[in-house]
Amino acid sequence: MARAKKAADGPTALRVVGKALRKVDATAKVLGVTKFADDLSLPRMLYCKLLRSPHPHARIVRIDATRALALPGVKAVLTGKDLPIPFGILPVSQDEHALALDKARFVGDPVAGVAAVSEEVATAALDLIAVEYEPLRPIKDHLDAVEHPEPRIHDYGDHGNLHKLINLEFGDVEAGFAAADVVREDLLFFEGNTHLPMEQHAALADWSPDGKLTLWSSTQTPHYVHRALAKVLELAPARVRVIATTNGGAFGGKSDPFSHEIVVAKLAMLTGRPVKITLTREEVFYCHRGRHPTLMWVKTGVKQDGAITAMHFKSLLDGGGYGSYGVASTYYTGALQTVTHHVPRYKFQGARAFTNKPPCGPKRGHGTPQPRFALEVHFDKIAEQLGIDPADFRLKHLVPPHSLTANWLRVGSMGLAECIRKVVAGSGWNEKYRKLPYGRGVGLACSSYITGAGLPIYWNAMPHSGVQLKCDRGGGVTVFCGSTEIGQGSDSVLAIIVAEVLGLDPFDIAVVSADTDLTPVDLGSYSSRVTLMTGNAAIQAAERARDLIARHAAPKLEAPVERITFAGRRVFDAASPERGISFAEAVQLAEAAAGTVGTVGSYTPAAGAGKYRGAGVGPSPAYSYSACVALVDVDPATGIVQVPKIWIAHDVGRSINAAAVMGQIEGSIYMGLGEALMEEMAYRGNRNVVHKIPSLLEYKSPTTLEMCDVVTYVVEDPDPNGPFGAKECGQGPLLPVPPAVANAVYDAVGVRIDEVPITPEKVFKALRRKEKGEEPRFGPLGFPDLPWPEPIRVAPPWEGGDGRAVEGGKGREKAVEVTAGRRR
Amino acid sequence: MLRLPSFKYLQPRTLKEAVAMKADAGPEGMYVAGGTDLYPNMKRRHQEPRTVISLMGLKELRKLDGWTVGTCLTLSELSDVPTFRQSHRAVAHAAELVSTPLLRNMGTLGGNLCLDTRCNYYDQTYEWRKAIDFCMKKDGHICWVAPSSPRCWAVSSSDVAPVAVAIGAEFRLVGPQGERVVPAGRFYHNDGINYLTKQPDEILVEVRLPAPDGWDAVYHKLRRRGSFDFPVLGVAAWVKWEPGNGNRETGRVAEARIVLGGVASWPQEIPEAAAALRGCELGDDAIARAAAAAYRPAKPLDNTDFDLSWRKQMTRVHVTRALEELRGRR
Amino acid sequence: MPDPKAKIAFELNGEPVEVAFAPHKTLLEVLREDLALTGTKHGCELGECGTCTVLLDGAPVLSCLVLGLACEGRRVKTVEGLAQGSRLHPLQEAFAALGAAQCGYCTPAFLLTADALLTDNPSPGRDEIKQALSGNLCRCTGYIKIYEAVELAAARLRGERAEPTRESLYGSR
Repeated sequence: MARAKKAADGPTALRVVGKALRKVDATAKVLGVTKFADDLSLPRMLYCKLLRSPHPHARIVRIDATRALALPGVKAVLTGKDLPIPFGILPVSQDEHALALDKARFVGDPVAGVAAVSEEVATAALDLIAVEYEPLRPIKDHLDAVEHPEPRIHDYGDHGNLHKLINLEFGDVEAGFAAADVVREDLLFFEGNTHLPMEQHAALADWSPDGKLTLWSSTQTPHYVHRALAKVLELAPARVRVIATTNGGAFGGKSDPFSHEIVVAKLAMLTGRPVKITLTREEVFYCHRGRHPTLMWVKTGVKQDGAITAMHFKSLLDGGGYGSYGVASTYYTGALQTVTHHVPRYKFQGARAFTNKPPCGPKRGHGTPQPRFALEVHFDKIAEQLGIDPADFRLKHLVPPHSLTANWLRVGSMGLAECIRKVVAGSGWNEKYRKLPYGRGVGLACSSYITGAGLPIYWNAMPHSGVQLKCDRGGGVTVFCGSTEIGQGSDSVLAIIVAEVLGLDPFDIAVVSADTDLTPVDLGSYSSRVTLMTGNAAIQAAERARDLIARHAAPKLEAPVERITFAGRRVFDAASPERGISFAEAVQLAEAAAGTVGTVGSYTPAAGAGKYRGAGVGPSPAYSYSACVALVDVDPATGIVQVPKIWIAHDVGRSINAAAVMGQIEGSIYMGLGEALMEEMAYRGNRNVVHKIPSLLEYKSPTTLEMCDVVTYVVEDPDPNGPFGAKECGQGPLLPVPPAVANAVYDAVGVRIDEVPITPEKVFKALRRKEKGEEPRFGPLGFPDLPWPEPIRVAPPWEGGDGRAVEGGKGREKAVEVTAGRRR
Repeated sequence: MLRLPSFKYLQPRTLKEAVAMKADAGPEGMYVAGGTDLYPNMKRRHQEPRTVISLMGLKELRKLDGWTVGTCLTLSELSDVPTFRQSHRAVAHAAELVSTPLLRNMGTLGGNLCLDTRCNYYDQTYEWRKAIDFCMKKDGHICWVAPSSPRCWAVSSSDVAPVAVAIGAEFRLVGPQGERVVPAGRFYHNDGINYLTKQPDEILVEVRLPAPDGWDAVYHKLRRRGSFDFPVLGVAAWVKWEPGNGNRETGRVAEARIVLGGVASWPQEIPEAAAALRGCELGDDAIARAAAAAYRPAKPLDNTDFDLSWRKQMTRVHVTRALEELRGRR
Repeated sequence: MPDPKAKIAFELNGEPVEVAFAPHKTLLEVLREDLALTGTKHGCELGECGTCTVLLDGAPVLSCLVLGLACEGRRVKTVEGLAQGSRLHPLQEAFAALGAAQCGYCTPAFLLTADALLTDNPSPGRDEIKQALSGNLCRCTGYIKIYEAVELAAARLRGERAEPTRESLYGSR
């Protein structure tokens, strides 16, 4: 056997992994030759536009497209009845139609689709489609949804307009509070915001008369789009090919199957011509699926030394008009509270409301930045109450590595202590905290994120990621994988890992990805799963190839197979490295002896430890950790907050490509900063619930002039489950930024802003309140009473539990596939 | 992709030719300079001219002669004029605070002075506006900002206009009836729809800046980001110092003008604030009185970025800071 | 119904071109649709993001707001005109080496804006770079790798032997 290079080996054993490498697609990108979806064009191509609802909530009485069809250049018009089969990303919420069937549920909900010879003609045709609506009372936000169970936006869901209600209890929290020295409650709110990829979604469909559909789309999840197309269009999956074009930014916003993808496919089938759609920026806001606005209440009991005795967390999410990933998002607002600091008893109640706005879903950090904001601000207040430095508070009572949490998450490597020490030392925390002049302050926060979800989105026992490898007699290697390049560098991860195992240069490797005809399934670029899952699959495929080649090279090299080593494009005897042949010659030997050289690899995460309903969200093969210090300047006269600098330390397990890790961390800080200070999805609840600012001008994305300096520390605490020990880095570092900024504002001017974004108006109001001797705070004032179901009670591991529910959770909806997963 | 409606594009070489083209085109013709205001509006179907007449080929409008500035100088060119960086810093500064470096390479002085008033019920696509049944500025009947109001409350969002009004610039206009010169202060109406006194067939040809002569001016801009954003408040402050003996000034304010942008449909002059400064040194008390006077009439409404009450509060802060800067520069 | 096409001649990436297109088309549309140069991207078509930046007579402008007809006789440079033959431009080289292009969608615009900056100012400071790039939005990078790439390219264009720093590629210790 050739030497296996798995996680446990030190960095010295690695030749490629861990270096700062140019991405395999970088040259194409700087040349501008990368083809994004809208860059594609086919002969005879038609252009599609969607007519969208101008009502937030209305029954569709009648649609008449006669006049549109009569417009010269219009080739087809579709309405809801042409695509009556529902779809949705989660099996539990198949509540979308490609075009509204009987009801429109937000301003911007697609109602009809036109294919025409030009975008101009298609646009003109929209105005000629007559739609008669019967307006219904709109539900403008989560509180409105709680107060108004009627009219129901959907005819399913747990209660009125509450889509989902969750109640989980791990141990007796009341007893935990009784044992505490200090019990503190806080209310916080995280406003919704959106991904805002620079590329507007686009899709191109082509239909062949032999019954084969091809769709190119800027999607992060070609596999799920493939499933949705087959379902809605009633085509055999084998006749549908989905190619995810390189995404021009995604951040979670391109991970649902979308109306426009299905509509262009159907239009191509009807017209027999290729059909393309490119959304306008405004329409991208209507696709949304971004951060859920979330109201949160948290109560924690602590001992004088900071040890937590119990925690109770409640969240209420404003979900928008459809389910999307919302059930999972809701569980995520309660899942990861337990993985940074030891919480012996934990209760979580989560609710998601349907409202008449574009649907919320997964944005970078999916469901966890909101509770992390709440928790880290809450911890800052607790530390102050206890008279403990917040950094010291956070260094105490950390979750031990390789342990179980109260809610049965299995933590692996855990580098948070090192992260905290790095940012504390680097930022000069001890010289700054509570010591800077009025108006300047520092704040600290920690976080953790999953490296891929333990369960797939739909129930199945198959791998989450598959890789095929072809070794050519010329020495070329092609790796095939369904993973999708969204700018994070997944194609490079494949090349680097295969190159590492086979002793090649990453640029020797050809990567074919994200094409359902050519590549084995990978579930998609979401939940920070790709590096770990495709990475492990790639290692398996490459090791199989290496072993096969080594077996057939050994006789030629007259060395035992265990000593055959792959490096520098050579295959040689480790004992006498000069005795070797080129990689290509070695492949030829294998091919001559055993036939065409091809291998496969796949990855399936281990089963989670929790066995209760709801245990499906939260388990992950590995958890990344981050700590962050933010330095802020607050202008007390205006309330304007500026963030000159952030120090971030992130435990990535092991870097596969160091330069890409830096880029992911810096990019996460950027997005976190935007969420902390200025980004929000604003609606006019009193004006037909229109989106107030669906534009790149008025939705405020930080420019070069707002972006802070970033000092990054990469902490490498290899995880046994990661490829070479790698964990995620693309989402986790976003999480601590909003709470670090909020805590720093308090350090600077002594007011608590318990709401994100931290805008000048809020700081100004809080400062006014402080001047008047009122509570120096801006934030929510209450959490509504909700019709919670009976709790599902699960004993924590240290109370003799086995991960199963002790009671509760019966007689409700059928096992939630996304959450109960494959243990059914 | 958002696209322009179809139209005829004309590129006259002389003013006379441009005016004649506009006469031929009638009400369906419009002039365009840099296009950074008109083309987005056309893409959103705010304006749908059948004929668009470019002014960028008119040499007369691209001239810079002493303190007389052709209106088709781009904002980048204007902010880079070395003499202006000395003598008309407020003008150069306001120009370089407009939008982004890219837009300033295209947008012109004249375009910024004639900038369409803005409102986040109006600056939306046709489809969006359909969802609120449009507004009186285009295609509808109501002002959503103030539904009982007979007028439109769209906001003057130019950066250069408040400065031009404050320093007492004059504008030369050429139209079919000949030419006229109007003071900047009389170029605007406080009406979101009918916000210019310029007739549609008149061309704003040049801006005559006052010679540097014992006055000073500053411009402060409030906005969310350091780039891209229109002002939610602009403060242009101008003072003429009282002449003393020889080159020395007394340190007292002989005359002053405070003009606010982003709070009304026109650059709003606040005479009460100016009155608070006249005859005074720019001491803290005088500045506070002027700031208080500016705060009262400023009436931001809920149609731009930020909460309106905060914007009103900021008037006081930014007028104070503008005047403190003027004081500091003496 | 469609308007008759208009025709213009201009210099594109150093070569003369003639192209015919519907007269209301913007330079962005003409480049992408009539000249098949899809390297120029778009993010809003309203001048609000900078993604469609090209150089017009050397100055970075928003091609979504430039009328194609206004380009008669002028000089246009797009991302396709940056590389010298098969050699990457130093800015392209630095962007690739540092990971300043993540999704790569805003990259052509940043490259061209930076190209114009370095033509005017061969040694820009960090604040000058931030100012010059303040009209280009990027959602992936947080701009930091972009600044570092512009600085690296500037140094190389000045003839210095510059390499990325360790902090830039691996973080601080």
